[in-house]
Amino acid sequence: MAMADMRPPIESGCPDGFQYMHPTMRRNFGLWKYHTDPRPGVLCHVAKSGEKIFTVKAGTQRILDVFTLRKLTKIGDEYADGFIRFTIRSNIEFYVTEEAKVEPLIKALEDEGFVVGGTKNSVTTLSHTQGWLHCDIPGTDASGVVKSMMDELIDEFKNWNMPNRVHMTTSCCQINCGGQGDIAINVQHTKPPKIDHTQVANVCERPSVVARCPVAAIRPAMVDGQPSLEVDEKKCICCGACFPPCPPMMINDAEHSKLAVWIGGNHSNARGKPTFQKLVASGIPNNPPRWPEAGAIVKQILKCYKEDARDWERVGEWVERIGWPRFFELTGLPFTKYHIDNWRGARASLNASTHIRF
Amino acid sequence: MAAKKIYETPMLDVLEEGPWPSFISGIKALRDNHENQFINDVTSSLLGQLEHSYETRKGYWKGGTVSVFGYGGGIIPRFSEVADAFPESKEFHTLRVQPTPGNYYTTDMLNQLADSWEKYGSGLQTFHGQTGNIMFIGTTTENTQTFFDEINEYGWDLGGAGPCVRTAMSCVGAARCEMSCTNEHAAQRWLVNNFTDDVHRPALPYKFKFKISGCPNDCQNAIERSDFAVIGTWRDDMKVNQKEFMEYVKTKGRQYIIDNVITRCPTQALALGDDDTIQVDNRNCVRCMHCINVMPKALGVGDDKGVTILIGGKRTLKIGDLMGTVVVPFRKLDTREDYEEMVELAEEIIDFWAENGLEHERCGEMIERIGLVNFLEGIDVEVDPNMVNNTRQSSYVRMDGWDDEAVKWFERKAEA
Ligand code: HEM
Ligand code: SF4
Ligand code: SF4
Ligand code: SF4
Ligand code: SF4
Repeated sequence: MAMADMRPPIESGCPDGFQYMHPTMRRNFGLWKYHTDPRPGVLCHVAKSGEKIFTVKAGTQRILDVFTLRKLTKIGDEYADGFIRFTIRSNIEFYVTEEAKVEPLIKALEDEGFVVGGTKNSVTTLSHTQGWLHCDIPGTDASGVVKSMMDELIDEFKNWNMPNRVHMTTSCCQINCGGQGDIAINVQHTKPPKIDHTQVANVCERPSVVARCPVAAIRPAMVDGQPSLEVDEKKCICCGACFPPCPPMMINDAEHSKLAVWIGGNHSNARGKPTFQKLVASGIPNNPPRWPEAGAIVKQILKCYKEDARDWERVGEWVERIGWPRFFELTGLPFTKYHIDNWRGARASLNASTHIRF
Repeated sequence: MAAKKIYETPMLDVLEEGPWPSFISGIKALRDNHENQFINDVTSSLLGQLEHSYETRKGYWKGGTVSVFGYGGGIIPRFSEVADAFPESKEFHTLRVQPTPGNYYTTDMLNQLADSWEKYGSGLQTFHGQTGNIMFIGTTTENTQTFFDEINEYGWDLGGAGPCVRTAMSCVGAARCEMSCTNEHAAQRWLVNNFTDDVHRPALPYKFKFKISGCPNDCQNAIERSDFAVIGTWRDDMKVNQKEFMEYVKTKGRQYIIDNVITRCPTQALALGDDDTIQVDNRNCVRCMHCINVMPKALGVGDDKGVTILIGGKRTLKIGDLMGTVVVPFRKLDTREDYEEMVELAEEIIDFWAENGLEHERCGEMIERIGLVNFLEGIDVEVDPNMVNNTRQSSYVRMDGWDDEAVKWFERKAEA
């Protein structure tokens, strides 16, 4: 097609949400008074006007096929008011104004295999990244990890058993686009990239790959008479940052790309300030299709948290109160030299006091 | 219809078991039952490649260059490295499409999007990717254009990919949350739609993200996940309904209230009276939201609402995770002028960063490199003690401008 025939885009940007918003929400925008939690998976918001809206939240497979999407819209038409929203963790929310419609809506969702829950002090759906399904740098498959975990944690999604809400995430490379979580399951490479020297000259802009390395471990080099790169393997921290700009820096390894579990990431300002997650376990085999070793560790942590944490304590706050020695004692996980940080600012993470629990 | 070729998928089949909805069953349904032959074949091939990944524990997609006419970004190109074995999914590009603030849809609109996508794509989509886009996963180079042309006509535009302003996100907010202190919809659209050109034509040092949360609960993860975080807050007294509070005391018991509300306030701003009322030291409340979260009927946000703006949040690459830091402790966000001023601040920040950021350096990393004060001077924002956890601990600094700076402080105080 000639350029002149091409259709210029309409640069409309981010669309107006009010056109798709439930009329009760539109009418009471900014005028809500309080909410109650009638049961897991259901919220009831009451506006200053006295109007009410019920939210029914359900977990799905996130990677939706059009058949599943149409099942959801059909339920939305038949049992709810035709208005839908997706949460940040890819849960779907339906809205109804009549309380009598709540139970039939839940039943319709459950009959079709969706899972109602994920509100308040539950484990909500793991937020996840793309993985082998359609990313170009992953060390594992995020959708498969999430499916496997949620099969095991489904009762924690459907009930309010936890001290506070538990947000879990997975990331399939060390860039961690999955973000911070109360519990995070992330890829951790353990060996430097293997370099495909035959390809570097063809596909990589060498200076930008060199610049990408956080520890300056990459140098331009001539290998077999061709321009290539070399890695100082003593310096390399196996982060994989060189791989996206230069696929010949092969970081993914069937054996040595492992999983690590991190805890205590929290975005909210409630009580303490927001916190980053901290390493608790690594060296976990990347074991598709069910990742049982990673699942067992997550379940063990959740069990200890559930038994030992106080109401409203997030996972990170719980460990802050009981201390790291007790955390490792309770969970039975090993404490190693790798738990002690050496990245910039690391000294702030050391105990410079006599605060020790006995 | 059925796929021309079916691949064995013993490992993926295991993911059809168990009570949680299975994405594998969904992809198989497209392979086996969809009436579009392209969908049958492309999803069959996709399953074959994915099974191959599960067996070998390796990914087999590579990037490339694909865009729609007039734009430089918004498509994630995917070409298969194992197209010889799985030819039908040799091109499997993803389109990033910007949703509304708060992710609202009618069922009709979702059906319409599904209609378009099953004409031109694989029939797989995600609401939403981690950056916040609707991700339409899997189509050919040619069909990225035809699909985009069709949905663009009824109101949808591409999001960002590459070194550009990215798709923004907001929490559910004022539409359905009593905690909300701002109009997240307006804030998101004012900000991101001012930069439409920067969304579609990547030319910045790296990505730049706006995220908006209506209150400090930050359900949108704005502080940690965006370069420009807008968080609703208030500066007058919180609302207290003593009658409802006494009701909580009566049903939950004093011990529960002491253990879960009073002693959990990070600044000890709460007290339980002998008469079972609550007293709030509003001057020392840091608006953390905890007490309001526990008893939403008794406590609520105040009336004099506005926003706090934090700059520079990001994930690991390259120097490690960073939270955004306070650059604007409080500003009103009510009138047109208020929104315009916020947009001007964003322009100021993006311009300064575009000029001073290194290639592939996020705004927060630049601030780390040059220091907050140089950044503030660059964007013409005055220092404020709300920007720090504590003041300087090191004496190794040249301070011969002290007297002038002290005068400036008193002048600003006098103006306020
Ligand atoms: C070739 C390389 C990359 C590809 C193909 C890629 C792809 C993606 C995709 C598809 C998403 C979700 C998008 C969406 O929600 O619309 C995403 C999110 C994200 N990516 Fe990447 N990515 C790449 C490299 C990187 C790098 C190098 C970094 C880090 C420096 C990074 C950091 C992130 C983060 C932090 C998010 C989540 C953002 C958020 O929370 O809003 N990605 N990436
Ligand atoms: S975590 Fe890494 S591999 Fe996974 S989707 Fe994000 S960028 Fe891709
Ligand atoms: S893996 Fe990371 S540390 Fe190692 S060479 Fe690549 S960028 Fe540098
Ligand atoms: S961030 Fe605050 S306003 Fe937004 S949804 Fe969460 S609690 Fe409500
Ligand atoms: S909002 Fe937080 S800081 Fe303010 S009084 Fe309540 S618990 Fe204390």
